[in-house]
Amino acid sequence: MADFLLEIGLEEVPARMIAGAEAELGRRVSDLLKRERLLAPEAKTTTYSTPRRLAVLAEGVLAQQADIEEILTGPSWQVAFKDSEPTPAAHAFAKKAGVAVAELKKVTTSKGEYVGATMKRTGRTANEILAAELPKEALTIYWAKNMYWRAGKPERFVRPVRWVVALMDAAVVPLEIAGIAAGNVSRGHRVLHGEAPVVIDEARNYSKSLRGAAVIVDVAERRQIIRKALDAATRTVAGARWREDEALVETVVHLTEWPSVILGDFEPEYLALPEEVLVTVMRDHQKYFAIEDENGKLAPHFLAVLNTQADAEGAAIIRHGNARVLRARFKDARFFWDMDQKTPLAERMESLKSVTFQKELGSYYWKTEQNLAVASALASALKSVDFPFSEEALFKAVELAKTDLTAELVKEFTELQGVIGGLYARAQGLGERVALAIYEQYTPGSTEGEIPVSVEGQLLGLADRIQTIVAMFGIGSAPTGSKDPFALRRAANAIVKILAEAELPLTLGDVINASGAEGENKALVEAFLRERVHFYLKDVRGFAYDVVNAVLAAGADDVRDAIARAEALTAARGSEDFVAVSAAFKRIKNILRQAEEKGYQPTEPKLSQSPLEAIDLWQRTKELAEQVAKLREQRAYSEALAAIATLRPAVDAFFDKVMVLDPDATVRGAHLGLIDRVQRSFSTIADFSEIVTG
Amino acid sequence: MSAAQAAPRVKPTSLTFQDLLFRLQRFWAERGCVIQQPYDVEVGAGTMCPETFLRVLGPKPYRVGYAQPSRRPADGRYGENPNRLFKHTQFQLILKPPPVNVQELYLESLEAMGIDLKHHDLKFEEDNWEWPAGGAWGVGWQVMLDGLEITQFTYFQQCGGLDLDPICAELTYGMERIAAFLQDVDSIYDIVWARDPDTGAVVTYGDVRLAEELQFSVYNFELAEVPRLWEHFNSFEAEAHALLEKASALLADENASPEAKKRFPLLPTYELALKCSNLFNLLDARGAISVTERVGVIGRIRNLVVGVAKAWAMQQLLASSG
Repeated sequence: MADFLLEIGLEEVPARMIAGAEAELGRRVSDLLKRERLLAPEAKTTTYSTPRRLAVLAEGVLAQQADIEEILTGPSWQVAFKDSEPTPAAHAFAKKAGVAVAELKKVTTSKGEYVGATMKRTGRTANEILAAELPKEALTIYWAKNMYWRAGKPERFVRPVRWVVALMDAAVVPLEIAGIAAGNVSRGHRVLHGEAPVVIDEARNYSKSLRGAAVIVDVAERRQIIRKALDAATRTVAGARWREDEALVETVVHLTEWPSVILGDFEPEYLALPEEVLVTVMRDHQKYFAIEDENGKLAPHFLAVLNTQADAEGAAIIRHGNARVLRARFKDARFFWDMDQKTPLAERMESLKSVTFQKELGSYYWKTEQNLAVASALASALKSVDFPFSEEALFKAVELAKTDLTAELVKEFTELQGVIGGLYARAQGLGERVALAIYEQYTPGSTEGEIPVSVEGQLLGLADRIQTIVAMFGIGSAPTGSKDPFALRRAANAIVKILAEAELPLTLGDVINASGAEGENKALVEAFLRERVHFYLKDVRGFAYDVVNAVLAAGADDVRDAIARAEALTAARGSEDFVAVSAAFKRIKNILRQAEEKGYQPTEPKLSQSPLEAIDLWQRTKELAEQVAKLREQRAYSEALAAIATLRPAVDAFFDKVMVLDPDATVRGAHLGLIDRVQRSFSTIADFSEIVTG
Repeated sequence: MSAAQAAPRVKPTSLTFQDLLFRLQRFWAERGCVIQQPYDVEVGAGTMCPETFLRVLGPKPYRVGYAQPSRRPADGRYGENPNRLFKHTQFQLILKPPPVNVQELYLESLEAMGIDLKHHDLKFEEDNWEWPAGGAWGVGWQVMLDGLEITQFTYFQQCGGLDLDPICAELTYGMERIAAFLQDVDSIYDIVWARDPDTGAVVTYGDVRLAEELQFSVYNFELAEVPRLWEHFNSFEAEAHALLEKASALLADENASPEAKKRFPLLPTYELALKCSNLFNLLDARGAISVTERVGVIGRIRNLVVGVAKAWAMQQLLASSG
């Protein structure tokens, strides 16, 4: 048994693509070895990566496939042998199979007797197979963006392949990837190790050999080193903490081969800039971690993750350089901030006329007017039920919501759209409610995000998004399949999330009506939003699909009500009685469908001639229906479902004893009328027949 | 206070702006590059110069470097912002095809400018490049030195809408940034451009260029006359179009002599297209191009630029075959 190592040496691979490619290479190598019967049962595959390499080490690889025997089946025995003498057909087959005619034997199958030959297949060597198959596997790794680099464009890959190491224990496996012949020589850290070759003496020593060349090939180890170094650097500032940022940790893990961390400072005067701007500059533009004090407020320091290990002199230079860049960026931001204040948001309305929202629709000035109309309809709906909010603040916020698109700071930090508008509104004394609503208009940005905390922010968010959806549907730009260039699904998800998690007395219908959607377009938007409610319940809230189907069959308009019903239904599924009742409802549905197909009509349930069980079910239904209706009114869904579950004895007895589709039309009609009534009475919370009971 | 304050003082380089340029040019000259002079037509980036844009087309190997002043009218700040310029200097390098050790050569070029990599943090971070009006794109990196982007490193894949084979590596060094960083000055205008070896008297970047930044900002943002800019644009475009039409007729004409084809003035046609591109940038800085219009005007420039690229590739083919 041997260890196999493959390392593909590359020019720096984009950080965002490395993890996926590392896993894929590991999978491809291990699948290939398995497929070719080269992997021992106890084999172990480990993958590694740095920005300059992808590697996989398979421990427990066979040097050669086991020999196998297989029986090749030829022509029928009668054709091959006449009077025990081999015919030309037998000779031809023996030749093809590579055996003597005398070695042919009879093979009996279900179809009859045939000529067979036992063929010995000598197992191929691992080297032979790897050389033939592995390059193809490596070159089919998926990359979000590819390039070609060799003349004649023979292959595409993420970046040029510069070296390949392929070893079976200590021996080089003679394969070639992208024109590079494999060897046993890797490369170390560009600066700390330099250009001296790094010889890998044994496959299993891969990680150790590279450590000696200032490269940590294990991703988890680098992650741990970075986290510890961040902690250690932060400890030099009393009471401070670095701001956790998993995505940024992953990025720097994939930007480094030999990570270390430095702490740098910036002038405290920049803390006067909004924290959002400071953090965006540090995190998004510079890939620095922010540091906060014991009160959670930003401290005038930053942490930079380096791809080197500098001495004191180097560390001072690097710290100084990074601080210098950060200062310049902060200075720029302050310059833009000050410049933007010269034109208050209120004076920016007119300039929105030259900012296109959508070519076929209009400018952001147009968009703002539309949003105002939607917001005022939503406001009326809230006022009619005396829901507390500030109408004045809402309208002001809607009016100014898009004006920050003309601000220099937003042009510089587009990801802070809305946030900057809110900060400006606050700085310009437009009131906290207005400022907050503008600030949070784009939240939630994803299904994991928080909804706006202010009612005005929620309403602005709803108005803006539903207007966009309806308008885009109106010009035929609804999402299709995986294509959603205007992110309308995301907008609709946010609408559903706000309705689900805020306390607004609004239904989906209210929101759609406020948009002024009409006719066919309105129906399309309704269906689209309903689909998003389904997604929200199932994928965001994690309800079982049958619960979601059952609940939504009884209505999706009131999102919070649907959630309450789904919660009650999920809990009720644990009860045996409830499951039995659900099964009965499924049966009812089936019978009613059959009856309809046969043209049987349900009639008034006059049960004088019916068996006792039918009369009993009728009585229970009448009693329970009243009770359930009351509980539903009170939204006491658990109690309602518990009540429905008590129907079990009556419904079980009914189906035990009564043949619903009685030959007598009058009896049958009455029975159908009865079960129809049962179904109607109890389907206002959920369509229980959707529940999977089997 | 953190340990950062106690750190030893960082020693700035004594190399001037022009020293850095000399060193880069010498370094690449010694590696077989033609050192060209800047192109004498306004461009937004060194990539747009024919020494890059047209040379990368076709199979012929080429290595060239030049320091190209690049104009971005909208980036002007009247000389008041210490980090932004209307016109900055790109040291542009084309290696066609790229040698296998192109990254190592690049690192050596940094050392040639006096950057001791042992004392710095260097990262190649993904950054792809695209010039839609030129039908050009490539993949590559921004090279980060201690958190500062000092170079754009691109493997060109397409240019003028044509696939490149072989491809080339393009290195674009941001000279003002590199100089400000190495000289450790907070404002570009404080960069020492030249130092008198006898007296030690210095001439700063501000001495050389501040007036230009101020006056061009005034012109670009305030005084450039929009209708006249459009007039110029339309006129250059019309002339380029007329030439392109003639070119395509001539190049497709089987009876035309190879000599007639080879002498057809595509290089001047390309200059006319560059003029249009610069006028577009001026109009943009004047706020004269609405978002809706933008796409249309870029499309018009693209027609010219891509048209020239295609005709040029054909003309070169003729030149090499005959």
